[in-house]
Amino acid sequence: MNLTSNYRSRDLVQRTAERLHKLASKIDGRLTFMEVCGTHTMAIAQFGIKELLPKTIRLVSGPGCPVCVTPNEYIDHAIGLAGLQNSIIVTFGDMMRVPGSSSSLERERSKGRDIRVVYSPLDILDIATKNPSKEVIFLSVGFETTTPTVAAIIKQVVKEGLDNISFLTANKLVPPALEALLNGKTKLDGFLLPGHVSTIIGGKAYLPIINKYKIPSSIAGFEPVDIMGAILELTKQAISGEAYLSIEYSRAVTMDGNTKAQRIMEEVFEPIDAKWRGIGTIEKSGLKIRDEYTNLDAALKFSVQVEETKEDKGCICGEILQGLKDPPECPLFGKRCTPKDPVGACMVSQEGTCAAWYKYRRVEHDR
Amino acid sequence: MCLAVPMRLESINGDVGIAELGGVKRKVGLTLIDDPKVGDYLLIHAGFAIQKVDEKEAKETLELLSKVVGRIDL
Amino acid sequence: MTDRILLAHGSGGELTHRLIEELFLQYFGNPTLNELYDSALLKINGQRLAFTTDSYVVRPLFFPGGDIGRLAVCGTVNDLAVSGATPLFVSAGFIIEEGLEYETLKKVVASMSEAAKEAGVLVVTGDTKVVEKGSADKLFINTSGIGVADERFHLGYKKISPGDKVIINGTIGDHGIAVMTARGDFGITLEVKSDSAPLNQLISLIADDPNVASGVRFMRDPTRGGVATTLVEVAEKGLLDIVIHESSLPILEEVKSASEMLGIDPLYSANEGKVLIIASKDAAENIVSLLRTHPLGREAMVIGEVKEGRGGGVFLNTTFGTRRRISMLTGNMLPRIC
Repeated sequence: MNLTSNYRSRDLVQRTAERLHKLASKIDGRLTFMEVCGTHTMAIAQFGIKELLPKTIRLVSGPGCPVCVTPNEYIDHAIGLAGLQNSIIVTFGDMMRVPGSSSSLERERSKGRDIRVVYSPLDILDIATKNPSKEVIFLSVGFETTTPTVAAIIKQVVKEGLDNISFLTANKLVPPALEALLNGKTKLDGFLLPGHVSTIIGGKAYLPIINKYKIPSSIAGFEPVDIMGAILELTKQAISGEAYLSIEYSRAVTMDGNTKAQRIMEEVFEPIDAKWRGIGTIEKSGLKIRDEYTNLDAALKFSVQVEETKEDKGCICGEILQGLKDPPECPLFGKRCTPKDPVGACMVSQEGTCAAWYKYRRVEHDR
Repeated sequence: MCLAVPMRLESINGDVGIAELGGVKRKVGLTLIDDPKVGDYLLIHAGFAIQKVDEKEAKETLELLSKVVGRIDL
Repeated sequence: MTDRILLAHGSGGELTHRLIEELFLQYFGNPTLNELYDSALLKINGQRLAFTTDSYVVRPLFFPGGDIGRLAVCGTVNDLAVSGATPLFVSAGFIIEEGLEYETLKKVVASMSEAAKEAGVLVVTGDTKVVEKGSADKLFINTSGIGVADERFHLGYKKISPGDKVIINGTIGDHGIAVMTARGDFGITLEVKSDSAPLNQLISLIADDPNVASGVRFMRDPTRGGVATTLVEVAEKGLLDIVIHESSLPILEEVKSASEMLGIDPLYSANEGKVLIIASKDAAENIVSLLRTHPLGREAMVIGEVKEGRGGGVFLNTTFGTRRRISMLTGNMLPRIC
């Protein structure tokens, strides 16, 4: 079967929308569901999902964009490393345009620094073997979907005895962030959970939170049918007053998840407290390379001058990431902060809430 | 996060394989999944297979949803 | 404005436009230049001529379906053709990095000769410079072109009006994906070839048919920045809105797949053998039929229409009945993991 096109069935999407509209009348007030995955933010914007929802269902974006929640300090540190004589900075495309305190990787490349974009951590190995006299430093950012891929490469680097590769890590974990959100000021009626993070960590990872906070939750895939189906599920739960975990993305997610990937992740990384841009420090929400692999930690291997962190005072990315405010409520939105001239990460990342809002919302205003 | 697409595993060479989607091929890491077989549909993220895609589940999810929203034929 | 020129300034999107508006137009500005058409339309002693220039810096030099030389000739020929001119003469300026293999240069020049023959133009003047190793990335080519305005076309932003249709002659995004793949940075392999081709004969077919020629309002080749960027440019300059239909967009399966894998949008991927034609509702269907009789137009489609609006608004109707706004490309097209 065609795994993608059936999940884009116009008919199924429309009918789900109709069903949601029928249920909307049973909603007391307004329901607020939060998605915590940058890819969901993108997909929702690209497919125009919000247009299909009744006014009584509100979708907000949480801190699901690992690029958006990476603090300025990390970018500044990466830029510092890029300044080393013999370094090659290797990064995912997402990070190139993120503003640090005074520059970005893209601007540093324009100054002549060797900064390269890859699609996969697998590609680092090639770069390192082809440049034996250079220090290849990989910018490891991401949630549990990406972290195992980096862990696998770290293990391979050790196995092959490559000594010119290291990693600057800022990987983070989703469940602690969910808990922090529920403990915070955000009022939520349900979580649209990240399909691919869940592929790795499994539905079981969310059970403690769901049981403690009684929050309706649905693990959703990324096609329109997936997203609409999950929203329908959350709406039904919210209306009936129930709260449990539903796995809508069952073709890729199980309760146990990918235990092999989990093991590899745990072998290489250990949890630490981590700073989330705009939100602050969340306990045990980040990952650090374990002592056994410490010689691959770029933060320890190299000593560089990192500029003093500067955060823009007007930027309210933090509140937006927590779903407390919408982009138009930010004083900089659309004025000093636009996709062409982003101030905060919410705008720079294609799937940041502000960037998606900027492009998508203008449809409404122009009608 | 996180962009991943289902691709068909075409060949295996130790820890890596070649996966294909609509004519596009790419080397993919296989060390994160158990027992990959040629012909499997794998979810590929950042050049690694992170899970096998269960076609049966894929079909069932659609069928279930269409029943719920009242679609007559798939 | 920025203090350093970034790669994104050359990508054909937002930053390129800003650079042009804020710097070049400030210093060079004149009525002809300010229009920013693909070719400048000039009147010299009563004869209307079209004049254009383009530089080619593509990496790698050779890629499936073409090479820098073919691009250089076809690109300039096309800029003339879409401006409603018959291309006649091109120039070829070479900036060569010391150490480039002779065979490589020969292959490029041979390809240019072939492309020129295909297009029916002559290379009538040129220039050669060699710079020290490290001062240029192997080879840069500049081509300029002159053509005679075809009086059967009456084109211009002001000619576009609500109700006009948007037509493309074939699949979108092929060139951008082919080159990205050939660069090897992302490790994908696929069979997509660049669509680099001279479009003047295809466009002549339309000019030759008086019934349809009169219905053509505007043409542009959607190169850097893709179809999306070109449509936004037209919408902004024409002070109108444009709606395109996702289900009508001709896209090769492989281009779709590669785009999904890498997280990029084919609407922003460059084309080198495509022309966007805006034509009156009445002429549109005939234009499509005419295009389809030619090898370069087999998959021609009406992909959208022009609407009343404040201008600059380009919208995509998705396959499941929703709508989203298409903006200009910001920064380079980069693959993402998120």
